[in-house]
Amino acid sequence: MRRNTRARLRRASFRTLLYVAVALIAAWVLAPYAWLIISSISTKIDLLTVPLKWFPQRPTLVNFQSLFSEGESALSQGMTFFSRSILNSLVVTFASMGICMAFGVCTAYAVARLTFPGRRFYLLLLMGSYMMPPIAIVIPGYVILKALGLLDSRVGLMLVNVTFILPLVVWIMRGFFLSIPLELEEAARIDGSSRFGALVRIILPLSLPGLVSAAVFCFIASWNEYLYAFLYTSMRSRTLPVLIGEFTTKVGTDYLKMAAAGVVASAPPVLLALIFQRFLIRGLTEGAVKG
Amino acid sequence: MATYEGMTPGTSSGGAAVRGRPFNPLTIDEPRRLGLTLVLPSIIIVFGFLIFPFVYSLILSLMNYDLARPQDTRFTGLQNYIRLTQDRYFLNAVVQTCIFSFASVALEIILGVLIALVMNQHFKGRGILRAVIIIPWALPSIVNASMWSWILNANYGALNALLTQLGILHQYKPWIAEPGWAMLMLILANVWKETPFTVILVLAALQGIPETLREAAVVDGAGAPRRFFALTLPMIAQIIMICALLQLVWSLLHTFELVYVVTRGGPYNSTDLIPMRIYWQTFKALRFGYGAAMAYLSAIALLIPSVFYIRSAYKATVE
Repeated sequence: MRRNTRARLRRASFRTLLYVAVALIAAWVLAPYAWLIISSISTKIDLLTVPLKWFPQRPTLVNFQSLFSEGESALSQGMTFFSRSILNSLVVTFASMGICMAFGVCTAYAVARLTFPGRRFYLLLLMGSYMMPPIAIVIPGYVILKALGLLDSRVGLMLVNVTFILPLVVWIMRGFFLSIPLELEEAARIDGSSRFGALVRIILPLSLPGLVSAAVFCFIASWNEYLYAFLYTSMRSRTLPVLIGEFTTKVGTDYLKMAAAGVVASAPPVLLALIFQRFLIRGLTEGAVKG
Repeated sequence: MATYEGMTPGTSSGGAAVRGRPFNPLTIDEPRRLGLTLVLPSIIIVFGFLIFPFVYSLILSLMNYDLARPQDTRFTGLQNYIRLTQDRYFLNAVVQTCIFSFASVALEIILGVLIALVMNQHFKGRGILRAVIIIPWALPSIVNASMWSWILNANYGALNALLTQLGILHQYKPWIAEPGWAMLMLILANVWKETPFTVILVLAALQGIPETLREAAVVDGAGAPRRFFALTLPMIAQIIMICALLQLVWSLLHTFELVYVVTRGGPYNSTDLIPMRIYWQTFKALRFGYGAAMAYLSAIALLIPSVFYIRSAYKATVE
């Protein structure tokens, strides 16, 4: 009897500890981002009062409105700097994503299923290029883009993004292709399908989770990219991350605008990550890739 | 692979013609040719935009290539590298980068494993917590940097407000104006963003451990600590190793925007990490050759942990 109560007590204290730990984790993960969101719907007065109130008295969307209505020049072609940077980000992201997916899927299939000279070497090369720090490429990349006249252009930025995202797609898709039983493909081939036909009709539909996972990775990696965009673009084709960097680093730091722009910029990757979480986790564990 | 090759008809592009189909390069069934065709575009991209710049970078690093004085451009051999060994700003950056990276990775792994262990338990709201844990990972790094710069603001920052309202601090502290604190806060911001990656991978590994093993250990009378060190830890050791190496490689030479936005390398160069130093020398002082040497040396030094990672990842997935 006494043993029983003791065991129950132990279990109860374990539950309490567990929920304390869970609460701490939730606070740690959510608080900083929540503060960014709260800041974005506050006014200067709300945020500059000491002691600080943790929620604005009258939440407002004025910071978002000002992003879409202020700051224009000939270089932003009739749009505000903010709208222009969103457009640039979208164009660069979707173009990089499309190219990476098309080339990446083909390459992944080849290295997963076909034998050709230099296959192992090429696989290692791709992995190696994935580990290549961008800072090592940034300087020659600048000189090359300058020589090609592609500085401050979306095309130049897209080329650079494709370079560092492509290995990621190959790595994820290769894992998915390898997990599809060879017999399925063989059956299709015996039924008269060509290898490419089998790829399109059998393999791709079966690896749909992989395709989704790779596409979301592409989107997030390209959308979030800062260093290259920061160094290779300026007024004309700078992306959203570059503009956000300018709110906090140029003269006259504007934390309200930064917060609002930060919420806008983080919404697509955060929502995509939440929606496609299962796929992303599978992709992450499949190749232990770094986003 | 071998059985598959056996199935493939020797002259299958001819086979397609026999079946009376019009010739289509996409249906060429010869695996070698198809393989090469499929990888060709990405080979061109990897060589053109990765290997070529990497080699070009080596050439740049052996030159005196100063955009401010283009007339002095000439080949100078190892001079840039010799200068590097005497550049106390660069040596300082190496030390600060190591402190930043090793501290970050240690915290990310310890915290990541602890969080994963908690999240592997049964509790209400587990699904929600598992969902939101991915938010820091998905956040653009520039938003993370700007967000922390705002939280750490000396006069109006949320951290100062929180700590004074909790009674821990008596007066607002200029976190990023003091060398030790500045580095600590950069590490904090980095750990916040990077830990979920470890959590997700470790959690997946934990879920791969069969429940029966744990039950058997309980029946055998093993306590929780014993179960962790004798059963759980060995089973997640490999993924922890991969995580640690990836995080290390990542934080050593990828951490630019955090420094650039939050501290700009200050105060007194105490948070001047290598990417910031390279940026400064190359794009502010316009010494492209010298900057390239710095970048090249750092990249080569980074290849050591990378090779370890590639080998362990290669073993894990290929063999």
